[in-house]
Amino acid sequence: MTGRTAVITGIGVVAPGGTGTKAFWETLTAGRTATREISLFDAADFRSRVAAECDFDPRQEGLSPQEERRMDRAAQFAVVAAREAWADSALDRGGLRPERIGVSLGSAVGCTMGLEDEYVVLSDAGRFWEVDPTYRVPQLYGYMVPSTLAVEVAWASGAEGPVSLTSTGCTAGLDSVGAGVQMLVDGLADVVVAGATDAPISPISVACFDSIRATTPNNADPEHASRPFDLHRDGFVLGEGSAVLILEEKSAAMRRGAHIYAEIVGYANRSNAFHMTGLKPDGREMAEAIRVALRQAKLDPQAVDYINAHGSGTRQNDRHETEAFKRSLGERAYQVPVSSIKSMVGHSLGAIGSIEIAACALAIEHRVVPPTANLHHPDPECDLDYVPLTAREHDVDTVLSVGSGFGGFQSAMLLTRSGRA
Amino acid sequence: MTAVVTGVGVAAATGLSLSAHWEQVLEGRSAIGPITRFDSSRYPVKLAGEAGDFHTAEHVPSRIAVQTDRWTHLGLTAAAQALADAGIEPADQPEYEMAVVTASSSGGTEFGQREIHRLWSKGPDHVGAYQSIAWFYAATTGQISIRHGMRGSCGVVCTEQAGGLDAAARSRRLLSNGARMVLTGGTDASLCPYGLTAQLTTGRLSTQTDPAVAYRPFDRQADGYVPGEGGALFVMEEESAAVARGAPQIYGRLSGFASTFDPAPGSGRPPGLRRAAELALADAGLGPADIGVVFADAVGVPELDRQEAEAITALFGARGVPVTAPKTMTGRLYAGGAALDLVTAMLAVRDEVLPPTVGVVEPAPGYDLDLVLRARPAPVTAALVLARGYGGFNAAAVVTTTRS
Repeated sequence: MTGRTAVITGIGVVAPGGTGTKAFWETLTAGRTATREISLFDAADFRSRVAAECDFDPRQEGLSPQEERRMDRAAQFAVVAAREAWADSALDRGGLRPERIGVSLGSAVGCTMGLEDEYVVLSDAGRFWEVDPTYRVPQLYGYMVPSTLAVEVAWASGAEGPVSLTSTGCTAGLDSVGAGVQMLVDGLADVVVAGATDAPISPISVACFDSIRATTPNNADPEHASRPFDLHRDGFVLGEGSAVLILEEKSAAMRRGAHIYAEIVGYANRSNAFHMTGLKPDGREMAEAIRVALRQAKLDPQAVDYINAHGSGTRQNDRHETEAFKRSLGERAYQVPVSSIKSMVGHSLGAIGSIEIAACALAIEHRVVPPTANLHHPDPECDLDYVPLTAREHDVDTVLSVGSGFGGFQSAMLLTRSGRA
Repeated sequence: MTAVVTGVGVAAATGLSLSAHWEQVLEGRSAIGPITRFDSSRYPVKLAGEAGDFHTAEHVPSRIAVQTDRWTHLGLTAAAQALADAGIEPADQPEYEMAVVTASSSGGTEFGQREIHRLWSKGPDHVGAYQSIAWFYAATTGQISIRHGMRGSCGVVCTEQAGGLDAAARSRRLLSNGARMVLTGGTDASLCPYGLTAQLTTGRLSTQTDPAVAYRPFDRQADGYVPGEGGALFVMEEESAAVARGAPQIYGRLSGFASTFDPAPGSGRPPGLRRAAELALADAGLGPADIGVVFADAVGVPELDRQEAEAITALFGARGVPVTAPKTMTGRLYAGGAALDLVTAMLAVRDEVLPPTVGVVEPAPGYDLDLVLRARPAPVTAALVLARGYGGFNAAAVVTTTRS
């Protein structure tokens, strides 16, 4: 990007398998799956009854009773992740000007749980189309507009600079970080709180993916139901969670002696203009996004040494992105490890893009590549090195992370170990 | 880099084209009326700015209409108008250099209500296959991109009623990142029982029943706003590129943008609207004296009107600049509102005439605003557009003339 470079100096994660960055990284490096039978509601009547749920107790995570009441689960995740990220950055909050703090959050489905829960009450479980306003709760409008998620993070961060929410479906978590990087590079803020959150494990979300058979029907074996790149995969496993990053300008971060996880050096998104849910097998537009991100980072394909795949565990996705990697990186695609953490923490829609960027930063930090769990029977049409089952020590200096989502959106982001780019 | 607007599409209560909208607002004719889209007898709010002349079947192919919400129907309609108006045939353009960035406040509210209703009244098997692509906030951007083969960067900005300006600001940035043109703006449509009920919880909606005075910002008796539906989408290009390709017209320049956020409640710190305006002026390289009109956010809630009046007078002095709010004729369009204000402001600058604010009977004492209550000729070369989003979003944009 231009003269200013964005670096990651703080990470906060709420993910299935454990709250907090430490627990998250342990889950990934152990190759442990956090997918299970849905417990958040009674899913007996649904086709897919598997999800990656967070064991999340808002009070234990420091939210006050009033915050808990006010916030939808997605907002609770984001605020807890933001607070961890701030603490991790070791920034002196009192020394920052609120006007110079920005927020760029992402979410695919906003406060969908709160919206549905309240609908059940106001319609009396679907009895009234003209819902009864008598029973409305004060935060209902806040549930209808996903911008509320950015509002809560801004309040939790004392931010009075530019604040926005990006909602490009399942690429929202990459696109929101990309927008946050742009805020920083353009000098609109000195510190940007960037990330994404989603909490979609509720009847309406599960039903809508059921109806298009996008999620796994493998209810007999929930722990092994998310199987990206495996011949026996049969759909994605819905997840939930949030990751929030503290972004700072590189020279300012160095001046204050901040711990720098990684630099974000390239980002682009493109659209396939083909179908709202379908993907062409050629991976053409994702490849274009990757090429543009590389160009922006002034890197060539040989520099990439790990690919964090979208790896949702649908047949069309796995083949689509495998082609996209070959198209954009050529021979290099065959030489580098490629893995999908969705095999362990599920697909949390918009949130997962930011959760994956957190994983990429940690991979650079620890020089370890997380595995693709449950990959026992490689799909012959997916012929790259997908790091099956076991994490791998690997000198990771430059990471490519991609996302693909409904609407035809394809996003790519590049991170490097600081000092190299 | 100078961003200009070369094509505009409008779908709102005031018209289904820019010219129809402009004609109606100059006449000061309000399009607010009784809610007809559903039986509102159960609700305290009786009025809305419905896009009554908009019939989906006349504008959107049925194959697409069934898989999308009304908010997307309005967006697709405005998008097609904007491209045609700009003289752009997307098939002739480099596919990756056409970007789409829309603002949305609440997504496919009516579609979503219908599917949640089916789920809870009939069971999970009755949820339709299109819920997953109709309700989510990105549906309009995705559908526009697919319909017109636009494969460049795609964005969806949700900052409630500030969204129209924030989407435009993000689009301008894309022009300097390699996009040749960006289709941007916003629409919204949440006039269904659940959508209206949710809006009630803000306490900002007017419960008046007389359409002539229900939404009267800055008035002594202001007591809320009337919701509307629709918005505007427009084509943004770099000025020299637009000239080089022989664009049929340039409506105006988008010269400055800025966004700020209000402090958390209880902090005692000042709100951020004034700062947004100052930053947008600075971005445009202009001072308050250059601005010939302010398109106000004009919520119609006394406390918020007072805050805005203070921000304007702090910047321009008492009665220092004409202030107007033609949205009093459409109702507030959420993500579509600021987008429509932006193109309306552009026509005010082009035609050197200020559209009026309607409904105001007696301006509240102490605001010290020069409210435009009747269309007014004025040699205006630059306009400031203000917008605020629920929760604390502030955005400002500066529109300037292309006349030298």
